[in-house]
Amino acid sequence: MGDDFIVETRSLTKEFKGFVAVSDVNLRVRRHTIHALIGPNGAGKTTCFNLVTKFLTPSRGQILFNGRDITQTEPAAIARQGMVRSFQISAVFGHLSVMENVRVALQRVQGTSFHFWRSGACLDSLNQRAEELIEAVGIGQYRDTPAGELSYGRKRALEIATTLALDPEMLLLDEPMAGMGTEDVKRTAELIRRVAANRTILMVEHNLSVVADLSDTITVLKLGHVLAEGSYAEISGNPEVIEAYMGSGHA
Amino acid sequence: MTTVTSTSSRAVSPQLLLVLVLIVLAMIAPFGIYPIFLMKGLCFGLFAAAFNLLLGYVGLLSFGHAMFFGFSAYVTAHAAKEWGLTPELAILAGIATAAVLGAVTGWLAIRRSGIYFAMVTLAFSQMMYFVAVQAPFTHGEDGIQGVPRGHLFGLINLNDTMTMYYFVLAMFVASLLVIHRIVTSPFGQVLKAIRDNEPRAISLGYQVDRYKLLAFILSASLAGLAGSLKALVFQLASLTDVHWHASGEVVLMTLLGGVGTVFGPTVGAFLVVAIQNYLSEVGSWVTIIQGSIFVVCVLLFRSGMIGVMTPWLKRRGITG
Repeated sequence: MGDDFIVETRSLTKEFKGFVAVSDVNLRVRRHTIHALIGPNGAGKTTCFNLVTKFLTPSRGQILFNGRDITQTEPAAIARQGMVRSFQISAVFGHLSVMENVRVALQRVQGTSFHFWRSGACLDSLNQRAEELIEAVGIGQYRDTPAGELSYGRKRALEIATTLALDPEMLLLDEPMAGMGTEDVKRTAELIRRVAANRTILMVEHNLSVVADLSDTITVLKLGHVLAEGSYAEISGNPEVIEAYMGSGHA
Repeated sequence: MTTVTSTSSRAVSPQLLLVLVLIVLAMIAPFGIYPIFLMKGLCFGLFAAAFNLLLGYVGLLSFGHAMFFGFSAYVTAHAAKEWGLTPELAILAGIATAAVLGAVTGWLAIRRSGIYFAMVTLAFSQMMYFVAVQAPFTHGEDGIQGVPRGHLFGLINLNDTMTMYYFVLAMFVASLLVIHRIVTSPFGQVLKAIRDNEPRAISLGYQVDRYKLLAFILSASLAGLAGSLKALVFQLASLTDVHWHASGEVVLMTLLGGVGTVFGPTVGAFLVVAIQNYLSEVGSWVTIIQGSIFVVCVLLFRSGMIGVMTPWLKRRGITG
């Protein structure tokens, strides 16, 4: 049972100059599931997310990944251990083409990243894998377009392709559906489900309804505390959760 | 837009042609133009290109590049004059000095970004300036004068101005090819990714500081080569080249010519050197003219002269 959890936080706390953004959060993400972290604005979702991915340093508490303590590990090192995050604002390399974006991720594993004396042509061996990845997320026809010129939904698709290039054990998605129309939300949810086949996903979402049938487990945060945890059915019936969400008009 | 394959296959030859034409022009130039002026332009062009490697491709604005340029000039001058080293070894000594300085400065400076990065590099540069003022081997205000150009590999006499010119031109072309290789290499690809979106590069597992540091050292070394060449050309290493004015000038040259373009910094360098040389009779007005050109450039064509021309060149299948 204990080994079943890929990520575990123990009494995770983050204070910003006296303001407690995340307080005593014990989060346990079961392997090969989709786990959603939701909550109204200011609930500490993003802070919590940034703590787990090490983009913020916790004030107190412990973070375990595959049973290993990663509380003091650098963010880049976490990525190399197989835990890769996405960003709320779509994170692509705007001046690089779609292909090059994916190749940047593949390249690190190839081990040529410090080779400043070699021709860029040695990266062509990665093209086939990169093409497969961009085909898989449905943006194959944009392979030579600079990523900065893509539409919002396609940028997010590219971001997922780039993340998948690292073949991570665990994906952390920061509001993957934020700012998307209904059509894109559906497509992205589809993509996330497909990607989750042999991986673990922890995602932050503002909107309870979009994660409803996607997530196996939902953790609701409010004012930095865990308010409730369980399946969608359990969560949606919880009076405290309904209360917390009343102001923002969801659930 | 036509199909991708046809544009890329056509793009190669006009570009190569342009480079070859430029090299031929550079080879016949000293028959019509004062060679010392051309060599000065090439040295500053290389200096600006090295600086641009950092600003244009990593997005780091160094305000202390004069320390690499000026200090390698001192070391090369000292090595050639006092130790009697041949020019190629004296230049290597200069480059090595710049690389070590770059490693130390870079290691500390890359921990900060933006204005703080610029300030840290400026602070180091000022420290090195005072070292240059105080250290006995630099001869303070006098500088190191009468540096022998010597015989390249002990064979080729560089005291002949034309020979010296072709040597400087060869080093310049080779360095620009090196820079071109760096920015198109797998490493260059990572640099562009870091410039575009640093947090994302981190999230993909890149330890961005190491890449920035390597870029910093490469940029410092090439700036050092430029300084070493200048010391041999003018047979002089002086405080002017370590002064923060030189750090500022290289920013000006790069911005005038076009940040992030291969030829832009050189064009900017020649423009600035030409203004200084040919308008020197108007005295202190030179600074005002330079300033006005800079203001006009920043207001009207922010991407620099080559940056503005790039779309036009691209339409003709030549990428700048």
